[in-house]
Formats: sequence, structure tokens, C-alpha cells
Amino acid sequence: MATVSPTPLLKDELDIVIPTIRNLDFLEMWRPFFQPYHLIIVQDGDPSKVIKVPEGFDYELYNRNDINKILGPKASCISFKDSACRCFGYMVSKKKYIYTIDDDCFVAKDPSGKDINALDQHIKNLLCPSTPFFFNTLYDPYRDGADFVRGYPFSLREGVHTAVSHGLWLNIPDYDAPTQLVKPLERNTRYVDAIMTIPKGSLFPMCGMNLAFNRELIGPAMYFGLMGDGQPIGRYDDMWAGWCTKVICDHLGLGVKTGLPYIWHSKASNPFVNLKKEYKGIYWQEELIPFFQSVTLPKDCTTVQKCYIEISKQVKVKLGKVDDYFNKLADAMVTWIEAWDELNPSGVKPAELPNGASK
Amino acid sequence: MSLAIKDDEIDIVIGAIRSDLTSFMNEWRPMFSRFHIIIVKDPDLKEELKIPEGFNLDVYEKPDIDRVVGSSTSGLFSGYACRYFGYLVSRKKYIISVDDDCLPAQDPKGFLVDAVAQHITNLTTPATPFFFNTLYDPFTEGADFVRGYPFSLRSGVKCAFSSGLWLNLVDHDAPSQALKARQRNSRYVDAVMTVPAGSLVPISGINIAFDREVVGPALVPALKLAGEGKFRWETMEDIWSGLCVKVACDHLGLGVKTGLPYVRRIDRGDPIVSLKKEWEGVKLTEEVVPFFQSVRLSREATTVADCVVEVANAAKERLGSTDPVFARAAKAMLDWVNLWKLVGSISSQSPAV
Repeated sequence: MATVSPTPLLKDELDIVIPTIRNLDFLEMWRPFFQPYHLIIVQDGDPSKVIKVPEGFDYELYNRNDINKILGPKASCISFKDSACRCFGYMVSKKKYIYTIDDDCFVAKDPSGKDINALDQHIKNLLCPSTPFFFNTLYDPYRDGADFVRGYPFSLREGVHTAVSHGLWLNIPDYDAPTQLVKPLERNTRYVDAIMTIPKGSLFPMCGMNLAFNRELIGPAMYFGLMGDGQPIGRYDDMWAGWCTKVICDHLGLGVKTGLPYIWHSKASNPFVNLKKEYKGIYWQEELIPFFQSVTLPKDCTTVQKCYIEISKQVKVKLGKVDDYFNKLADAMVTWIEAWDELNPSGVKPAELPNGASK
Repeated sequence: MSLAIKDDEIDIVIGAIRSDLTSFMNEWRPMFSRFHIIIVKDPDLKEELKIPEGFNLDVYEKPDIDRVVGSSTSGLFSGYACRYFGYLVSRKKYIISVDDDCLPAQDPKGFLVDAVAQHITNLTTPATPFFFNTLYDPFTEGADFVRGYPFSLRSGVKCAFSSGLWLNLVDHDAPSQALKARQRNSRYVDAVMTVPAGSLVPISGINIAFDREVVGPALVPALKLAGEGKFRWETMEDIWSGLCVKVACDHLGLGVKTGLPYVRRIDRGDPIVSLKKEWEGVKLTEEVVPFFQSVRLSREATTVADCVVEVANAAKERLGSTDPVFARAAKAMLDWVNLWKLVGSISSQSPAV
């Protein structure tokens, strides 16, 4: 049997970004897997509260005061009282890769009973190519024991760079409020042993609970929007980032994977609270999806930032009439890119990709 | 929006490439015995078929094929393509078709997988091609649509085609099979999913089910390789017709699912021997896939048959000069649509031919 080479740790190339308003007790369970890495804690809510980080972790912590100090007036683009604030962590990171996880997500077990090292799987997903141009019925062809199926063109078998690795959740599934209300007891017990590339041209609901990405390839697109305090909507932060990210990845020829790894999601949030947050989103998404499905980016949008600014313009034109919120969001998208570029000057900026293919 | 399918609406179609079907039929007996079965013998097969007792079946051999379609057309049905004759003469609404070197698989708990029942479930529950659900099939027990999935898309569309997978010997092309001669698939991925609209997929013919009335005209053995043989990695006909099916389904707003059920494919053949033949199929794929990716169907194409005609004409125009096999494929598709009108679309009230 061929020996499987160990996954590189990437411990100096990856930051773990964790938004929290409660505590970081969950890190104890993750210690064997997370301790080699640098953590970026984004403390939401009351900045005077002291969030204790368990001993032995290397970290930097930012509360609202820090965010305001670092970004000045541009801090307006970072949400308050919503886990969307996590994207501040992406902006201040200096690493190539990001893994973000919620503070109610724990280590899951695979069907054999073994603890799942979610970070290891995300790294594997990010380091090997994606295949967005043709669906492989055996899922990820680069996995041990898998391959491309008959009929898969050889010219497409090299794949493209993977920008995003979207993991899943056992136990409490990521349902919206109406579904939670109807099925309060449903638990996800199905372990689907697959990773797959989401085909080019297909949108998906990206959940931020267990997510990794190549910050150099796609970081500026991972803006989690205006949510929470003072905003008419919540629980659509990761959705918004996911739709923008997917459109940009499709345009630039980058891949988005979904599937393994699983984490164990322990806390079901209150469905009535969720419903209040999501309410507008449930209606707005009926406009948002056709919008994103029809976004086209011009050929000269060859960087993520250019693509993102272009999307913000289209948001203003086409979604501004749905609700004034989208005018504010479009402005915040621009502010985000300005802040990103300020904190990540050209030395660290991802190189322009040649000939960004238009849709 | 779940449909209910009755047993008498289903035909199980088996193309017999090998003559002794005894162990095949006996192993599938628990799953097959309720249904009517059509067995079509490869016209090139000389030996008598051996089929065990106790099934409700009709067997078609070369003389029957000649009688129905004429001996000049019957060459279309040689080798693996013989099963298409079964699709043509079936009088049922749904077809489930499995290669004769596939047996029931075991799931991770050790239970035998009822591939027939799973295909029926796939066809009777909606497909969701317009937005990817990260928890896969939302209509499976214990699953649902995830947060962020638009409500207006949650009723889904009709699933017209279900494509299953294989444990043990996977459906590789000959080069991959030869390179990884000892690799066997033991990974049971417990999921069914809809292949998104606009995304093409290589649909293997080894383990499939479909709504015959809707997609029958697209399942045509059109792309026959010059060196086509009696091993799956020496064929392309299913890949070509699968791409036709997907393009037509995308155009008409129908769904194609992939994933469960698994069947267990027996080891058979030597891919290195096949490699000595020209890698015709592998080379042709490089033309076939970009062609299908660029095909645009007109608003006037409102049935699968219409779509097939437009694809055939486009193939003739764009690929005809690249390789004569494409011009022949285009002609075969047009002939098939006519044949389907004559023979295939006779209603289920009529007696079988």
C-alpha cells in the first residue's frame, strides 16, 4: 500500500480566526489540533469584558475599541453584535490561509470513532486542486482511492487553484429559523465521506461556522457585510460573502470545495431570535439570488478587489431599489476594500491574475 | 411534490454482453423479482443465454432486433448498446438499467443495497438543480435545505434521471484503469445530489434509471467508437448520450441526480490490453466536452426529442469535419428520434412488440 504523505502543518502560513462574545472554552477540545497555530480572536460586544484565552495559545485579540482605533472611520464597515465581525480578523491577518470556526463548534468523530482533525482536512482541500468545469461523479478525484471517471477530459484533469474549503456540521445542522421551528429535534447524523468542487456557475449557501480559504487568492471577497446592531438583518453575513466569493471565483477560474471536514455543532440558537434576524433576508434572498446568478464581470476585472468593487456598483444599481440597506451595503463593500488595501499594501497583495475570464 | 411509482410502471432493462446470467439474476432476485424485466442479448454474442427461472421477463435477441428496426439499423445495438433496444421497446414509464457485471453492493452496515428502490426514490423526489444544497439531497430523511437556500426554489423540479455509482471496480477510462490496476473503490459516500444546472457530467451507463417517456429519445447509442469493444472502458456511447440528457434536462428545467445507489462491479478484463487499441474515446472526449458546453438550444425545443435534433444538427455542423464518427453520431441521433416516434412512443396500452 502506498504511504500517504503527511499533510503539511502550514503553522506559519495559517491563522485561525475566531469571533466570540461569550468565552473560548471550546478551544480546550481543539488544543491538540490548534495549538501550533496563531489565533486571531475578534471579540464582539462589550469591549470592557475580558475574554480569557486558554493558556498555551499564541494569539492576538481585538475588541471593538481596537477595531475602531485601527480602522478609524472605516470601522463602520465592520458589524457590531454579530459574528460577521470576524472578517476584521481576515483583514488584519498576515498569513496566506485562514481557518474560521465558531465558538460552539467542537471536534467531531468519524464513523470509526476517531476524532476528526478538521484543520488538517481543510489544509488538504486547499492544497489540492479543484475541478469546477466538469462534475466528477466520484467527487474529489485527488483523494486517496479516488480518481477521475471515464469521460472526464484529460485536458481538465489538472484542475484549478482552490480558494475556499467549506466544511459541514454534525449534530445541529445549519438550518434557517423557519426550518428550525418546524424541525426542532432534527440532528444531522449522516457522515457523507466526500469533498467536491461546486461547479462553475452554481451558487451555494456558504456557512461561516467551519470555513477555510486562501487569503491571498480570495481574501478581499470575504467581507461578511453589515449585520447585527443597527442593521435590519442578521444571519446572512456568510451567505453574502459566499455569493460574492463564488461569483468572483467563477470569474477568476478558482475553485470552491464543500464537504469534509465535519465539526460537531453543539448549540442550537433560539429560532425565534433567529427568525427576527433573518426575516428580511428570507424575502430579500429571492431578489439576491437572481442578482448573483446574473452578475457578469468585465474582462478587465483581473483582481479580487476589482471584481468586488464592480459587484458593489451593481449592488447599488440593481438592489438599491429593493431596500436602501443595499445602498449602505454597497458603500460598506467599497470601504472594506479600501481598508483591506490600506492594511495589506501592495507587497502582500495577491498578484494580478492574467486574463480573468469573463462569464 | 413526491410522486408515487407503481411496480407496473417500471421495466428493468439488462443488456446481456455475457451469456451466463445465472449468478447475476440470482443475486439480484430479491430486488428484481417484483418487476418486469427486459433482457436484450448482444447481437454479436453467439452462445445461448442462460437465465434462471422465476422472473417475469421478455428476452430479445438479434432476430427480434432485426424484425423491429430492420437489419440495416440493428448494428446500432451491438455490444453495450444492446440495452438501448430494451429502452426502445419497453412499454413502461420508468427504466432501471444495470450492466450485467454488476451485483448488489453492501452498505457500511453490511446490508445489501436495494439499488432498484433507491433509484425509485431518486426519481420520485424532486431535484434541485438551481442552487446547490450543501447538505446534499434535502428530501432525504434527516436532511433538509440549509440556511440561505431560497424558499422559492425549495419545491424543486422533476427528476428525470438517476445515475448511481460503483464499489470495487470503478468506471475509469482505460489509461486510468491500467495505471491503478489494483485500486478498488471501497468508499461508500452516503449521499444523493442533484447535478447543478449548467454543469456537465460524465454519466456512466452502468447503473442508471430514468423516466423513459421524458428522456428516452436522448438515450441513443450514437457515438460508436471504431474500436468499440466489450469492456466499458472501450465505449463512449453512454458518455455521449448522458451529455445529451444533461443538456436537454438543463434546457427543459428537469433534474439529474447522482450518488446512491451503489452497485458492486466485478473485476473483469485487462485494461492494458485495451490500451493497445487506440485511445480513441479519450481523444474524442477532448472535442465532445467543449462541444456540449457550448451547445445552445432554442426556445422552440420544448421536448427532449426537439433537443436531440438540435444537438444532432449542431454536432454535424461543428464536429462533422473533425472526425467522421461525429457525423455518424449526428445521423444516428436523428434516426433514433424517428425510430422513437415509430416504435418507442407507442403507449403502454399496446401489446409489446
